[in-house]
Amino acid sequence: MSAQTKPVRIGGFDVDAIRRDFPILDQEIHGHPLVFLDSAASAQKPRAVLDAIRELYEHDYANIHRGVYELSQRATSAFEAAREKVRAFLNAAESREIVFVRGTTEAINLVASTHGRQHVGEGDEILITAMEHHSNIVPWQLLCDEKGARLRVAPIDDRGELLIDEFEKLLTPRTRLVAITHVSNALGTVVPVREATRRARERGIPVLVDGAQAVPHARVDVRDLDCDFYAFSAHKLFGPTGVGVLYGKAARLESMPPYQGGGEMILSVTFEKSTFQEIPHKFEAGTPDIAGAVGLGAAIDYLDGIGIEAVAAHEKELLAYGTALLESIPGLRIIGTAAEKASVLSFVLEGIHPHDVGTILDQSGIAVRTGHHCAQPVMERFGVPATTRASLALYNNRDDLDRLAQGIRQVQDIFL
Amino acid sequence: MSELRELYQSVIIDHSKRPRNFGAPDDANRSADGVNPLCGDKLTVFLRMKDGVVEDVGFEGSGCAISLASASLMTEAVKGRTEAEARAVFGDFHDLVTASPTSQQDPDTEKLGKLSVFAGVREFPVRVKCATLAWHTLASALEGSEDVITTE
Repeated sequence: MSAQTKPVRIGGFDVDAIRRDFPILDQEIHGHPLVFLDSAASAQKPRAVLDAIRELYEHDYANIHRGVYELSQRATSAFEAAREKVRAFLNAAESREIVFVRGTTEAINLVASTHGRQHVGEGDEILITAMEHHSNIVPWQLLCDEKGARLRVAPIDDRGELLIDEFEKLLTPRTRLVAITHVSNALGTVVPVREATRRARERGIPVLVDGAQAVPHARVDVRDLDCDFYAFSAHKLFGPTGVGVLYGKAARLESMPPYQGGGEMILSVTFEKSTFQEIPHKFEAGTPDIAGAVGLGAAIDYLDGIGIEAVAAHEKELLAYGTALLESIPGLRIIGTAAEKASVLSFVLEGIHPHDVGTILDQSGIAVRTGHHCAQPVMERFGVPATTRASLALYNNRDDLDRLAQGIRQVQDIFL
Repeated sequence: MSELRELYQSVIIDHSKRPRNFGAPDDANRSADGVNPLCGDKLTVFLRMKDGVVEDVGFEGSGCAISLASASLMTEAVKGRTEAEARAVFGDFHDLVTASPTSQQDPDTEKLGKLSVFAGVREFPVRVKCATLAWHTLASALEGSEDVITTE
């Protein structure tokens, strides 16, 4: 199913129609209709994505790039068409700037192992923020340990906003890279990455943006951001697990050594020396997740059919509704109250541990995430061991949030 | 809902809100740390052992209601027991919370005493680790092991 054959939804965002596109939503959990509020961990998949994957396997599947036969050519076309869809989705200049990887985590590790190893030395610095996901902390720690470099952390305020001037002060002549999240997975803060990137690049410092939580919620334009690298995962964008994207400016990618060695990434191999493919193939050793990339392409088509701006407007309205609703519950404190937020309602209940909240909500069919959300430094910053996080996507509606609020009151009743 | 009430019985809520034996006993001579990295629960169990008997026991830490109540009730269950008896109670408790949810067998309340309130945990397999963290940490303290015990 392509974007062209989908019914055009003019004159408003039809959340009921969208919900019908996601087969998994139509079920009961513990005797209650499912309320799915954990899309920040992984989003559900529309039928269009499931169909695209099945159709590939049923009609057009073979290994890509080297086959001279029809099926291989069809699979190659589908895979490369997905790359072009990603390019357009991010407004990258060229499709060779799009590298398929396993996910955001691998994208960041790729940059750390190649660009990082190449440019970071003893006494150098890498700058991150205090609200990074572990996947945008640990790869840099490993690199710093290896090289004798230093990881520096730009602070956030009590609302969960980046202190941009403090960030700027940490840009020093030793800073070799800035790695910064676009949207915080634990707090929902939308980080002013365009401004942060401008301040870093003024000093000639390259910038990697972790876009895992941003792409499902707002238009991303990598040329407007002017970042050097942008990473995201398909599975948070209504696509399949196991595939993600590293965008890199062509000149950057060209100057980097390969990440992994193997098939697909070489021009020629002898026992003395191998020469490598051009970008992006240089970074795609081995058979990639072909169906995953095709599924991601279908997810992008699906989103384009709805319009990411319409999605953003819907979610903004829902977030405001949910925020007001939760704020009206006595004993509830929202963690992360930045002026610019996307999709995330993280909270704690006085005297009740999030783990218990999660179990009790689940019994009412409400799926939320509880814990540290792979952002333990954020939890420490706010002095809580964990939070309960409800995260929104395009298929959520006010009823989901009403059910959440009702569920929270039930939790409080049990702990009275 | 009935399963929830079974899990969050009033005894469990009470012990989670007002844990007994909270803090290190005077002259504690053994301790061990336990963590559940999934939810960030952290516990330290302290023992005062004398001639193979748990003369006193206490714990510190933070966690969910299940893990706090379990730690609190654990301290009550093993105080005054020999090391071997304490291990046997752990065995019985472990069997209680990991029994198959479909098992029709009622818990042996006579043997388990107050600990039987944890029978509801078997309906919630992801919460078994919460209920057993304090006990694993106790076992480590009894051994005098220095390692941090993790549920993972």
